[in-house]
Amino acid sequence: MSALRRYIDKIKPNVEEGGKFHLFKSTFEAFETFLFVPNTVTKSGTHIRDAMDMKRTMFLVVIAMIPALLFGIWNTGYHHFLALGIDASFWEMIWYGFIRVFPIIVVSYVVGLGTEFVFAQIRGHEVAEGFLVSGMLIPLVMPVDVPLWMVALATVFAVIIGKEVFGGVGMNILNPALTARAFLFFAYPSQMSGDAVWIGGLRRGMETVDGFSGATILGQAAQNNSEFVNGIGEAYSSWNMFLGNIPGSIGETSTLAILLGAFILIATGVGSWKIIFSVFAGGAVMGLLLNTFAVNEFMEVPFWEHLLLGGFAFGAVFMATDPVSATQSERGKWIYGFLIGFLAILIRVLNPAYPEGVMLAILLMNVFAPLIDHYVVENNIRKRLKRAKVQA
Amino acid sequence: MSEIIKIRKGLDIKLKGKADKIFIKAPRSKTYAVKPIDFHSLTPKIVAKPCDEVKVGSVLFYDKYRPEIKYTSPVSGIVQTIVRGERRRIVEVVIEDDGKDTAESFLQGDPGKLTREQIAENLLESGLWPVIQQRPYGIVAAPNDVPKAIFISGFDTAPLAPDYDFIMKDTEEDFQTGIDALAKLTDGEIHLSLDASYPAAKTYTNAKNVVRHLFKGPHPTGNVGIQIHKISPINKDEIYWTVKPQDVVAIGKLFKTGKYDPNVIVALSGSEVKKPVYYKLIRGAQITPVIEDNLLKENVRLISGNVLTGRQISNEGYIGFSDSQLTVIPEGDHYEFIGWVLPGLKKFSVSKTYLSWLTPNREYRLDTNLSGGERPFVMTGEYEKVVPMDIFPVQLLKSIIVDDIDKMEQLGIYEVIEEDLALCEFICASKTPVQTVLRQGLNTLRKELE
Repeated sequence: MSALRRYIDKIKPNVEEGGKFHLFKSTFEAFETFLFVPNTVTKSGTHIRDAMDMKRTMFLVVIAMIPALLFGIWNTGYHHFLALGIDASFWEMIWYGFIRVFPIIVVSYVVGLGTEFVFAQIRGHEVAEGFLVSGMLIPLVMPVDVPLWMVALATVFAVIIGKEVFGGVGMNILNPALTARAFLFFAYPSQMSGDAVWIGGLRRGMETVDGFSGATILGQAAQNNSEFVNGIGEAYSSWNMFLGNIPGSIGETSTLAILLGAFILIATGVGSWKIIFSVFAGGAVMGLLLNTFAVNEFMEVPFWEHLLLGGFAFGAVFMATDPVSATQSERGKWIYGFLIGFLAILIRVLNPAYPEGVMLAILLMNVFAPLIDHYVVENNIRKRLKRAKVQA
Repeated sequence: MSEIIKIRKGLDIKLKGKADKIFIKAPRSKTYAVKPIDFHSLTPKIVAKPCDEVKVGSVLFYDKYRPEIKYTSPVSGIVQTIVRGERRRIVEVVIEDDGKDTAESFLQGDPGKLTREQIAENLLESGLWPVIQQRPYGIVAAPNDVPKAIFISGFDTAPLAPDYDFIMKDTEEDFQTGIDALAKLTDGEIHLSLDASYPAAKTYTNAKNVVRHLFKGPHPTGNVGIQIHKISPINKDEIYWTVKPQDVVAIGKLFKTGKYDPNVIVALSGSEVKKPVYYKLIRGAQITPVIEDNLLKENVRLISGNVLTGRQISNEGYIGFSDSQLTVIPEGDHYEFIGWVLPGLKKFSVSKTYLSWLTPNREYRLDTNLSGGERPFVMTGEYEKVVPMDIFPVQLLKSIIVDDIDKMEQLGIYEVIEEDLALCEFICASKTPVQTVLRQGLNTLRKELE
């Protein structure tokens, strides 16, 4: 590696102040620090530092998403061949899924990082690592048949409106990846919802077996169907919902794979277990309430199935836990998570226009997170004032 | 004795190179220095000019804004140089030692029979007053204030911290005299905090005139700020004083002998030291005799104090005024190829993001690499795990960054100084300079209130 290091040291003067390519300093630094942990030493304060930095943190979140991604790739292939009525092998399914999903990931990363680099360059700061995560989150919440240009557009929107206008990583109010999804959802509803977008190839008018339907379970529930069936009319069990061989966005279907990711996030201390737990708790409570007062089939869907359906688990584990857009106080995290789960199921069941309530619930609570924090902090301030008065 | 106050939050960083419990009397250094930068917000006014002859206890400089607070020479000899740094700020006053230890004479007597004024006067004249630190702000106490109470932490939990039970052996009498002197300075109590994990030194257990408290927990449990917070938290307009155990002994010796006794015990520790042991030194000693032929490699960082709050010094540097520890760790000025992807078995992290958590009892050889770049606040809930106080550290720091004085006060800036939040800086994934920011806030607040 020392040869590579020597080469970098050789070209480095070109981007320093006064160098020919000073314009590309941020970009150069991004690649350099990507390859090598820099040799910066502590100058003030503590002389030693914890080995964890932003890169490691973001890297681990990406690792945690791998199970959901791999499952999503297989699931894409599985449903494609199910629609075609072909008995494909495991590897054929993986291959099909790969050639459909991989381009979305590439577009998301290339466009997103490109935008980030331009902004870092203009502002003259280092490229922040936040997009490593957003770049993977965006593909995982897309329907597989989404046109690539839409992914690109949504990514640019997410980076600029979702993040950079607020000052970049750490300053944003809304979760950038969800901003991307919400943007597409409202700008291009026909490509983001309905029955045809969830199965790879379906929207392009491929030949399917007779009577095939690509409707998601939530889509069927919204029609007040009491029995949920797959594309060729076989009934789904709760087990299917847990494992995830159901139609849906690329990474959201398998609760099992998402829980694996949750395990990684919680074990490494990167994701807040308080948020994850309380989102599920909030969802369960709302589900129970709806079950109790059920007047239609959708309200009768057992509360625990709600937690397995749609983007609920994915939102709870990967979206709600984004530390920047979530509440920052520990007590606030309980409230924040609970309300996300609670509202997600409420919107899902009682608002027929949006069978996917998770996205809206998280975005809504993103907006309210500072308010929750405000009250938690005020409480601490009041306690301190009270103490001073009692003593005086 | 009171019940044990248990503290759960915090972090013990296990480093290599703990000092063995052996005393070595170090050869005398050629030069000694008193450093104004050891005291926050001090503007020194120089009295001793280069080539002046000084004795132990002769005034070198005093506080420009509080001229009664004097800083005196720890040895006899001649003033060699006055080293200035940026903007001609005085960094150190260096004295060439003549080895004779001729000393100035101060008041001698039983503190119990002296008045508050006499005691304060004696401490101010001898140059021992600056060992008394004031909370809030962590600055040298104001002689006219009467503190609500005085706190002494009898132990230190910082990485590689010296064992005070070992240091304080055989100081019973002087420690008691010191306590008696301090007791005259406050209307309240003198609180002495001890580590409940092992039996305390006799010096502590036999001390009279103090209220003892037992603490148990990881660093920063040994920090006096944390102890104050648990025993009697600081409110606005309240003043507490803090003194370190060795300084109490020095005060005791002053009243017993009428001389300023500059002897201190310093633990030499750290992974790059050949023989980490305890040294009997003189305050402000040049460290060269101690580290000569005693380091494992060249490229090291020498720290007067501990790795979290200490000050970097050079090979020819001087130990800080109130430091009981000297730490030597490797410099981290090297690149690491894709270090953020590797499993990291030898990397220390409070999170479990590196596999080193598989070996919890390992002692680490950590260097000074920043391990990443500085970023805005992203992660949350990290700081709270290492601050055992009812305080919101992130919100407090943000209020300082945006210069919101009301919020700083409301969020409890009075209760903390740098050492209390040092662990936040250590664990911060965004590499925020927490201690620097906090000091800025404390300075802003002081300016506003004066």
